[in-house]
Amino acid sequence: MRSKIVLFILAYILWALLNWVPDWQHLLVGVFVSVFVVYLTAGLFPTRFKYLFDIKRYLWALYFIPVFLYECIRANFDVAYRVIHPDLPIKPGIVKIKTGLKSDIALTFLANSITLTPGTMTVDIDRSNGILYIHWINVRDTDIEGATKLIAGKFERILKGIFE
Amino acid sequence: MSAKRIRWFIGVALIALMVVSVFVVSIPILFHHKLQYISFFKHCFFVLLVCSVLCLYRVLRGPTAADRIVTIDILGILIVGFCAVIGIPTGRTWYIDIGIAWTLQSFISTLALAKFLEGKDFDE
Amino acid sequence: MNNLIGMILIVVGLIFDFFGCLGLVRLPDVYNRLQAATKCVTLGTFSIMLGTFVISGFTAVGIKALLCGIFLLIAAPTAAHALSRGAYKAGVKLWEGSVVDKYGEDRAKK
Repeated sequence: MRSKIVLFILAYILWALLNWVPDWQHLLVGVFVSVFVVYLTAGLFPTRFKYLFDIKRYLWALYFIPVFLYECIRANFDVAYRVIHPDLPIKPGIVKIKTGLKSDIALTFLANSITLTPGTMTVDIDRSNGILYIHWINVRDTDIEGATKLIAGKFERILKGIFE
Repeated sequence: MSAKRIRWFIGVALIALMVVSVFVVSIPILFHHKLQYISFFKHCFFVLLVCSVLCLYRVLRGPTAADRIVTIDILGILIVGFCAVIGIPTGRTWYIDIGIAWTLQSFISTLALAKFLEGKDFDE
Repeated sequence: MNNLIGMILIVVGLIFDFFGCLGLVRLPDVYNRLQAATKCVTLGTFSIMLGTFVISGFTAVGIKALLCGIFLLIAAPTAAHALSRGAYKAGVKLWEGSVVDKYGEDRAKK
């Protein structure tokens, strides 16, 4: 029940943003639409309610945003340099890394962050062993420990602070 | 080796020509007292058009089906950019609605095509 | 002033879009193309959306552009991940200059 209330509030905020400069007619219709959405998709969003008011997680999330943006912009300059260089300085390959994260949402965020950072892209996830297969555009280290430290070292600690 | 270099230089010259012809014309507009939107966004539209032509080249040449699906995905993201660039100067707010719908629809269709490529049913 | 910042953001986004599409043409195989195109085009279009938000401010267009950019930033890496896995399982080979292929070794072991 409480997860349904959280989902209702999120859907209602999204509705209000989509009909920006909200007036009372839009807000009234939004109540019915949000109730309908919650009725349809309530089973898909299990919320662990006791974590929702933990202020430390929000601080970790605030710390995550600038780190992620910095890596993202560096990724773009890296790829642009490789594209416009006349000899195409690439050395691609698929390596595997090991992660300690367990929950679904943390793994999703880790895979998406890895996809948006310099030269790395997640190909497949083996969830039972915690192994991610990464396509790397410029392979610098082929064994598991070195690759884990180079690719996922920055994000893993922060994501553990946010989601676990 | 040298043929490769010559091709690279021709490409750089073409890109430089395009940049000069597109942006040097619009730099005085940036320092104009009253900014004229329409002219600037026309040049932006032209750059996005060149990007779409490059994507269409890969659709025509792509050796495998996966290349073509990648390109269709990228073309969908470029169309969202088109919607934003048209929406500002004309003042029609519903263009950005098209952009939101196109983002979500392109995401769903790319997932469906990837599942089709993998050779699985749609419900994993 | 807002207009100037917004225009600079839009120009940066257009430049990254162009590099992404150039990578789509120049790089040798599906996975490398997917990397270049996804990163550059996603951040480029997000930058265009941010420029739209800065120009229009807190109006209907601005808020919707920001929402559209956030949807894009969530959706694009997921689509790239699904596409690369699908391409590998469909039997698309890596480029011949590739160094390692741990995924293929592990799949052969099973």
